[in-house]
Amino acid sequence: MIASGTSQRFPSNSAADGGLLLKLTEVTKRYPGVSALSNVSFDLRSGEVHVLFGENGAGKSTLISILSGAQRPTSGTMAFRGAEVEFSSVADAREFGISAVFQEFSLVPTMTVADNLLLGSEPLRGRLLNRKGLRSAAEALLADLEFPIKANQVVGRLSRAQQQMVEIAKAFRSDLQVLILDEPTASLTETESGRLFELVEEARTRGIGVVYITHRLAEVKRLADRVTVLRDGNYVGTLAREEATEDRLINLMTGRVIDQVFPDIAHNPGEIALRATGLTTRTRSAADVSFEVRAGEIVGFAGLVGSGKGESARACFGAEPLLDGSVHLHGNEVTGSSPRRMLKSGMFYVPPDRKSDGLLLMRGVRENIALPSIRLAQFSNLTLMRRAAERRITDEVARRVELQPHSLERPVEQFSGGNQQKVLLARALVRDVDVFVFDEPTVGVDVGTRVAVYQLMADLCESGAAILLVSSDLPEIVHLAHRAYVFHRGQVVEELVAPDITEENVLRNFLDREVA
Amino acid sequence: MTSRSASGPRASSLSLLERLELVFVKTGVLPPLLLLAVIVFSQMSDNFLDVENFENVLRQNTFLIIVSLGQMLVLLTGGFDLSVGTGTALVSVVTATVMADSFNAGAGSVGFAIALGMVVGVLAGAGVGLFNGIGVSVFRVSPFIMTRGTSSIALGLALYMTSGVPVRGMPPKFADIFGFGEWAGLATPIWVTAAVVVIMTVVLNWTRLGRYFYAIGGNANAATLSGVTVRTNLTSAYVIAGALMGLSSVLLTARLETGEANIGVSLPLQSIAACVIGGVSLRGGIGRVSSAVLGALFIGLVQNGMNLARIQSYLQMIVLGGLLIIAVIADLIRQRSLSRLAAAGILG
Repeated sequence: MIASGTSQRFPSNSAADGGLLLKLTEVTKRYPGVSALSNVSFDLRSGEVHVLFGENGAGKSTLISILSGAQRPTSGTMAFRGAEVEFSSVADAREFGISAVFQEFSLVPTMTVADNLLLGSEPLRGRLLNRKGLRSAAEALLADLEFPIKANQVVGRLSRAQQQMVEIAKAFRSDLQVLILDEPTASLTETESGRLFELVEEARTRGIGVVYITHRLAEVKRLADRVTVLRDGNYVGTLAREEATEDRLINLMTGRVIDQVFPDIAHNPGEIALRATGLTTRTRSAADVSFEVRAGEIVGFAGLVGSGKGESARACFGAEPLLDGSVHLHGNEVTGSSPRRMLKSGMFYVPPDRKSDGLLLMRGVRENIALPSIRLAQFSNLTLMRRAAERRITDEVARRVELQPHSLERPVEQFSGGNQQKVLLARALVRDVDVFVFDEPTVGVDVGTRVAVYQLMADLCESGAAILLVSSDLPEIVHLAHRAYVFHRGQVVEELVAPDITEENVLRNFLDREVA
Repeated sequence: MTSRSASGPRASSLSLLERLELVFVKTGVLPPLLLLAVIVFSQMSDNFLDVENFENVLRQNTFLIIVSLGQMLVLLTGGFDLSVGTGTALVSVVTATVMADSFNAGAGSVGFAIALGMVVGVLAGAGVGLFNGIGVSVFRVSPFIMTRGTSSIALGLALYMTSGVPVRGMPPKFADIFGFGEWAGLATPIWVTAAVVVIMTVVLNWTRLGRYFYAIGGNANAATLSGVTVRTNLTSAYVIAGALMGLSSVLLTARLETGEANIGVSLPLQSIAACVIGGVSLRGGIGRVSSAVLGALFIGLVQNGMNLARIQSYLQMIVLGGLLIIAVIADLIRQRSLSRLAAAGILG
């Protein structure tokens, strides 16, 4: 089973001529409170790169989790090489040569690279582990893919890019027919991405069908044979390589033209509201970072995942321990203050991951919205909560963010992703806040919610608040920020001012300077 | 709860089975279990349904209700407290020793000796809780290890203080008032329990502290970023649980008229079972005062029924353990049912 030479690495498919590999017909997947996919059809030929394109929450991830056997569709059928199949697990799909590399890796961090690569299909000698065989098989696999990783390294100590290589190598360990890649370049440098593209192209020439998720237009241009666009869980259309122009794709992805998505925001910079000097976090995820945000402007933090942009923002709010540097809020030093103190001083941080850091999922909307503010006099006196006032205020705020359905006592987990995000943002609207930090505010929301979030930021900014927008979504930075800091490897590598904030100007900073 | 859902516009199109499922999802495992217990035990014993018997159950279970309320606080924060059993023994011994010594030294009035013993007892319980709380919140020891370790320490202390011999010599008035006394026709412990229930209802629903317990168990990261100081609030959950355990132990000591180091063995399991059966989530963030109270009463009812039906105590242990596991399985099924019904759009 283990690839040992080039001939086996890309097994020659009988249907390397573009025959149909996979076909999904009218697949639907429902979760509590939300329909993640409805009646989506999709097909994949051998020897093509089929890009799945769409916003966060469009249903791309759900679709590939069905393709890879991680989820079962609520309804609809799937066929592999013409025969109807049903996968009840990832292992099932792997039997057919279908392997996925998700953004969340399925690696055991405490085990070595070799152990991880062969997990579940370890070579045996009699009934015992063949440890030598395991090691050499892993080494052969890595050498074959030309990945510069040692088989005996512990996975938890590898960089994200290296872990991704291990994950990809895992997909290649058996007779691979379909390779599914979920935003594989999200945390890679330019050089590493280049190596990945070569690998994808090589896979294509050998007749493997590649499903490639991205929302970067440059990658669509470089790799795609066909592009299927999804929006809000629905199938929008499939374009051939030649038809996939930028305007066409954005129009299909959002259902509108760019001007309708991003509002125009007046830029009236006032006093410096937040100033950070020489910030270095204890984990060194950010080193010597300095920036300032003025009242009445939106400042963007652009960068790859793990570039230190989020950590720098969190450090200002006291949610990330600092090694060095200082933070000033309205001219007063607040370095190392707790989140509680920062809230009191008028700063609010909206975390990127609403499930792990933002919301009490099993509690109701009212309690969630009130939580950051319940020490205020409107909500409680010295001893008791003012529950009538609490209900009134949270009701108002929920209306302002247009929560659907408007049901204050319903547990947050029963709302759709977009409405959960609205609850998360609503929490910031109860108190007096003059410095907002929005950390990836539109992850996993539909375009309607996105427009609402952007309009909210515009309103806050124009009424004089200072806004820090941390985002891995480049169009967001390009179209919303008045100024932007570009992060790379824990440092600010460039500061850009409005007309100069373009995708090209931001992206060229992601070049890996040590190598380039 | 159920009438509202059944009167919804879609209700008419549901099958009987789906309706039953809906009722189960909305009310939890306690009502069906309670119904089953009442049917079974009223068949096995004639006295089970007497009013007198019910008052009996209530009085005998005041201890479990109070401890379960404390247990619930800790469960809300996502932990649990295994030290409530031997903690009860330690508090009993401490209360009896302090009260007897103060009484025999004749330093003050009888009332003073009783008050001193009771206050020290409750404080000792709070101390046990503080020890747990600091271990869990400051040193981040898992609640399982921390409270299990405390449990061993507490038992060791209680046995070391008494060499296993019951502590006697408390003023008889203590037992007369707090063990066997009545007021307006109800036993004193029932009044004390009622007061605790009222106070806990207020704390959980009308104070910030109560809100923080739910927040910490619901999502500790979110709580921190919302300005909640997790460390102190988490510690106070354990301290309050300890104080309630102390109060319960003081009442039990009055009932037993001696300080005993061998009581409370089954309390950790019983109090956790009471909460879970009543609908408190083991993952934290979900639970009400009524959950703990009704769960504890249910366990009391089952024990009482088994006693009336002359079921051996060894067999009773088997039943209680089984009930806990069944309650957890039923709750998991309910969660699955809940997401299925929500996905199908049946739940509003």
